[in-house]
Amino acid sequence: MSAEPSVLEIEDLVVRYPIHRGIVGTVARRPRRQVHAVEGVSLSLEKGEMLALVGESGCGKTTTAQAVLRLVDPVAGAIRFDGRDLVPLGSRELRPLRRRIQVVYQDPYESLDPRFRVRAVVEEPLLIHGLGGSKSERAARVREALERVELSPPELYLDRYPHELSGGQRQRVAIAAALVLEPDVLVADEPVSMLDVSVRAGVLNVLDGLRRDGLAILMITHDLSTAARFAQRIAVMYLGRIVEEGPAASVVRNPQHPYTKALLSVVPRRDPRDRRRPQILQGETPDAVAIPAGCRFHPRCPIAEARCSAEDPALVRPSSSEAGHRAACLLLPTVGDS
Amino acid sequence: MSNVTPLIEAPAETASSRRGFLLRTLRHRPAAVIGTVILVVVSLVAVLAPWIAPYGLHTQVGPVFGHPAWKHPLGLDDGGIDMVTLLMWGVRVSLVVGFAATFVSMAIGGAVGVIAGYFGGWVDTLLMRITDYFLVVPDVPLMIVVAAIWGPSLFHIIIVIGILLWTSTARVIRAQVKSVRERVYVKRARALGAGHTRIVLRHVLPQVAPLLIANTVLTVAVAIFDETALSFLGLGDPSTTSLGKVIENAFERAAISSGAWWAIVPPGALVALIILGCSLVGGSLEDALNPRLRVAHLSARTFRLRPLVGRGADAL
Amino acid sequence: MSAPILQVEDLHVWFDLADGGELHAVQGVGLSLEPGERLGLVGESGCGKTTTALAIMGLLPPSASVAGRVLIDGEDILAGGEAAMRPHRWVDVAIVFQGAMNALNPVRTIGEQIVESLELHDRAKGSVARARTAELLEAVGIPAGRAARYPHELSGGMRQRAAIAMALSCNPRVLIADEPTTALDVMVQAQILELLDALCRDFGLALVLVTHDLPVVAQLCGHCAVMYAGEIVERGPLDLLYHSPGHPYSRMLFAASPDLAGLDEPVLSIPGAPPRLDRPLAGCPFRPRCDSAFAACVERPRLLPVADGHDAACHLNTAVPA
Repeated sequence: MSAEPSVLEIEDLVVRYPIHRGIVGTVARRPRRQVHAVEGVSLSLEKGEMLALVGESGCGKTTTAQAVLRLVDPVAGAIRFDGRDLVPLGSRELRPLRRRIQVVYQDPYESLDPRFRVRAVVEEPLLIHGLGGSKSERAARVREALERVELSPPELYLDRYPHELSGGQRQRVAIAAALVLEPDVLVADEPVSMLDVSVRAGVLNVLDGLRRDGLAILMITHDLSTAARFAQRIAVMYLGRIVEEGPAASVVRNPQHPYTKALLSVVPRRDPRDRRRPQILQGETPDAVAIPAGCRFHPRCPIAEARCSAEDPALVRPSSSEAGHRAACLLLPTVGDS
Repeated sequence: MSNVTPLIEAPAETASSRRGFLLRTLRHRPAAVIGTVILVVVSLVAVLAPWIAPYGLHTQVGPVFGHPAWKHPLGLDDGGIDMVTLLMWGVRVSLVVGFAATFVSMAIGGAVGVIAGYFGGWVDTLLMRITDYFLVVPDVPLMIVVAAIWGPSLFHIIIVIGILLWTSTARVIRAQVKSVRERVYVKRARALGAGHTRIVLRHVLPQVAPLLIANTVLTVAVAIFDETALSFLGLGDPSTTSLGKVIENAFERAAISSGAWWAIVPPGALVALIILGCSLVGGSLEDALNPRLRVAHLSARTFRLRPLVGRGADAL
Repeated sequence: MSAPILQVEDLHVWFDLADGGELHAVQGVGLSLEPGERLGLVGESGCGKTTTALAIMGLLPPSASVAGRVLIDGEDILAGGEAAMRPHRWVDVAIVFQGAMNALNPVRTIGEQIVESLELHDRAKGSVARARTAELLEAVGIPAGRAARYPHELSGGMRQRAAIAMALSCNPRVLIADEPTTALDVMVQAQILELLDALCRDFGLALVLVTHDLPVVAQLCGHCAVMYAGEIVERGPLDLLYHSPGHPYSRMLFAASPDLAGLDEPVLSIPGAPPRLDRPLAGCPFRPRCDSAFAACVERPRLLPVADGHDAACHLNTAVPA
């Protein structure tokens, strides 16, 4: 780990969504219920690092990303970007900072305005932020951004509409539109899950190249094999909490939390000879409205004990793992114990 | 907008540009073509009335309620004025009122719809309550009252019709804006730091514009009808000649008891024709735009079998 | 070798396009499925895999025209049209679609829908049908008490299970699963795959798994057919496909999916995009994206045996690049 301070630091982030009770509910004074989307998540992201936030749908990974982008308002916690907390900032103060945190969405078919040509899509961020100077300077930056995502020569793509491009090309355009502002942090929300297998690697390699050039990337994904291959660190989320976090290789080769172990075991291997019995968890992730008491994973945990339903585990370093690797499980011997 | 049907992978609609949308809608719907022809002809007549009208608008060219004849195919009115001439000028006034009132109602309805749909929350609730309020007020009686208080003038009629017709537009536009607002590219623009004005003007409005156009065409029909009704009730501008005014005049001067059907039926039919034209065009546009109205055509017919020609070289 | 249940011979499917053109979606596909065999039908979107599945079921839309033969127990069900197809559909061959929500009627309970499917095919009536429905639901892991639920009251995984139960209602011998797990979470995906695995084992079902996900096929199927641009470019036992691929596309497709077992191997994408199928193809359709194309590739390769039961359509297997 470098001594450099983190670009992005999330501390004890809590995001809840109220559930509308409806007229009947309001009249009957039913208790106001909330979706506990994110419950105390802390993360840090360094320059030139890709952090993969892994989990199933409803685990809070996308909400975390939206909070970082300040598209949802956290209930509590801090999101420090370059040492400055974004949470208390109003939209006017956020504007100059938004340029530096950019996002790529999952669905390249939906995330580009169908009436904009590639040129306009990539140029728009510059216009919004009043950057890029003259028309020709902007055009040069657009061209450069397209080249960085390996859409070259850019002339081939500038005047096309999104529907004239393949999924992989659209996602590259979306990345270029984020890059043109020269951000410090890129949030990539399932950047390849809608793409064909054959072009996924291309988009991921583009992201990897950008990371090597110093970009900090927060990648949201449900695919552990992609995370393992491209991220430096992995954080596994379950029901609004991080249950395990650490260097990618360490999390994948030496998983500590039973949930991570189960997730890893169900990733299909491509070698037909390498068939193994996956350790399949029964049931489905419970509703984030009624979070189980104690360890929130205990109802589905294959090794849960009595105390797991009473005590909420903290994210600590288990003794059997390397530095920087933490897990939230009561049953793991930790460095402190002996 | 159009999701590829999940069952069939390949033959989704060939992605064609949205700009040809209006043209394509027209091409595939005969009703839209008929409606367009009606509207174009009527508008041309209205625009060219001063030049193509066979006689003067105030020139008596024959006897009161003169019968249709070769020189006056639709006869003469109560002042001995040529009916064809009157209709040409009447269409002109009716269309002006119709379009101006529609413009007013589109401006109000569009703005209310976009603001309510885009901002949501209490803004939405407040604006929609106001809309509901206007929606339940019966149009024609209120128009009569307002026109009676303000006094008969073309400008007042335009305003009255305009401020009463915007409600349905506001609702339709609001619903559409609400869905556009949730599109990923709008979210992306927000994440980029784009201001509300920019998002609305660049991303939201262009997306709802076709719907606004369809609504405009439909509203024109209603506005023209309302103007005719007001004029017929004697609340129109006495100094202008709209189609409603023509009917009213003939009616007042006992055209019916004199058997002069030609003084009443043609202007009435013309109003109906214009409304029909608007409805055909507007309805087709709306039909083509609204995915919920675009019903998948279930068919008992299934795929066709085809003999394999050119077997060998091509086939494996 | 036992006689195949399902055979597809030289299947072609064309779709009429709005502009008057034609899209040749399936270009001479041949498949054969023995009882209890599991076949993966793999390819990128638009390669014709789903269209092939729908053609086998006779479920193509009116804009499609079809040529070729689909044989069940040696009888051509395609030539006889709907009349010949109907007695076999759902009874011999059933299909499960990707989005279970689209396959289930939203305003009827899942129990009712399964009962209906039993009654439609004269399998059972009244209380017998209801008892059989409970049995089917239990078999796919849904508590029988949930028969009275509506599709929207169930989670995605449960809906997919209900769709599978419905497909099994007439004891078919072949189950076609079209991207059965694509929209589901990894853990639920694993549950559904385990269920399919168990069903094939317990009921002797033959399975056609249509998917873009090669590792899933590698874990579940014995054989695989790789489709590209409307045709099968390679088919054979999976082990051979992975360890000695006969077509560069299969090899590159495997290399494009990251694998936990080979974290240090580079993950390579396949450059370019598949060809458009609304115009005639010249030469090998994969040639523009292939890393080993050579002079012979200007001619369209034929699907030829490279080993026993292993076919590939690539000139590399018959000629050596100069």
